[in-house]
Amino acid sequence: MDLSALLVPALLAVTAVVAMGRHVNVYDVLTDGAREGLAVLLRILPPLVGLLTAVYMFRASGAMELLAGVLAPVLTRLGIPPETAALLLIRPVSGGGALAIGSDLMAQYGPDSYIGRCAAVMLGSTETTFYTIAVYFGSAGIQRTRHTIPAALIADLTGFIAAAFAVRLLLPS
Amino acid sequence: MAMAWIWTGMVVLSLIFGVLNGTIGAVSAAAMEGARAAVELCFSMAGILCLWSGVMAVMERCGLTRGLSRLFAPLLRRLMPNACRDRETLSALSANLSCNLLGLGNAATPLGIQAARRMARGTEGTATDELCLLVVMNTASIQLLPTTIAGVRAACGAAEPFDILPAVWLASVLSVAAGVGAAKLFSRFTRNIRS
Repeated sequence: MDLSALLVPALLAVTAVVAMGRHVNVYDVLTDGAREGLAVLLRILPPLVGLLTAVYMFRASGAMELLAGVLAPVLTRLGIPPETAALLLIRPVSGGGALAIGSDLMAQYGPDSYIGRCAAVMLGSTETTFYTIAVYFGSAGIQRTRHTIPAALIADLTGFIAAAFAVRLLLPS
Repeated sequence: MAMAWIWTGMVVLSLIFGVLNGTIGAVSAAAMEGARAAVELCFSMAGILCLWSGVMAVMERCGLTRGLSRLFAPLLRRLMPNACRDRETLSALSANLSCNLLGLGNAATPLGIQAARRMARGTEGTATDELCLLVVMNTASIQLLPTTIAGVRAACGAAEPFDILPAVWLASVLSVAAGVGAAKLFSRFTRNIRS
């Protein structure tokens, strides 16, 4: 039996049973939570319209291919597929931009292809670094951030390399 | 403001490359296509995103966040011993970590900021080693169920939207470990004002 196929149904059933055991009204909480999901969706839709337009134009013009070509020697040596070059560059700066490029890669190469999976794992294992740094230090009143940015970018780069490696290791296609 | 520059840059470069490469017709069509694709994507991932937001809300209500927080306290005491002497900082830190793990970004950020504010007291605008570490850990992703990405994969017709989970976990762990390691290493070379 495929264990990964068990994950989703088991997670749903276990959550429901545990919640009932703790006298949580599963159904009401679930629907309230789903409404929150809708709010998330409404929040990402407007930036996605702007960003996907730019990403589609960028790709159609041939600029995306050029960018991948320029960065290919470095990326191939790190084990990262060069097709994801634009995703790597935009990921630390813009969550919406990364989602736009990532979803474009998944649509173009297929969600179950090596590149599509790399894009998905890269999105899932990294964050919008500069946004997070700005929010935290901004609200804590910190001006001198010392080694935070270099350390955070090392974490991002490691995440990208590890994502490509993990897909090759765990999801051979 | 950064986004304004990136967006303008992409659109202007598309125009220039479109003219130079003779692909301007395709660029024009793509501009119309992109906006439609964005709305289509949101529609087709709406179901999975809403469902898992609901499931996460149920898990949260069952006390999963509180349980995880208790689990993380010993780890945090080792990573940030100074900050964790303050009970309230410790509880904000561990709740921040658990909410991040469950993908509750809206809940995680205020908790992390609360901890960061307490840790920044008396530092006169310079981050301490431990505050740098907290921010680095928050710039890395440790989400157990990346629901938005699973939603995009489902929208693109993936056979099993969640089959990337083990790969995401492995990449996340390596990325966080590299960030923590780098922060610990670099802190020896930059001046810490209060240790």
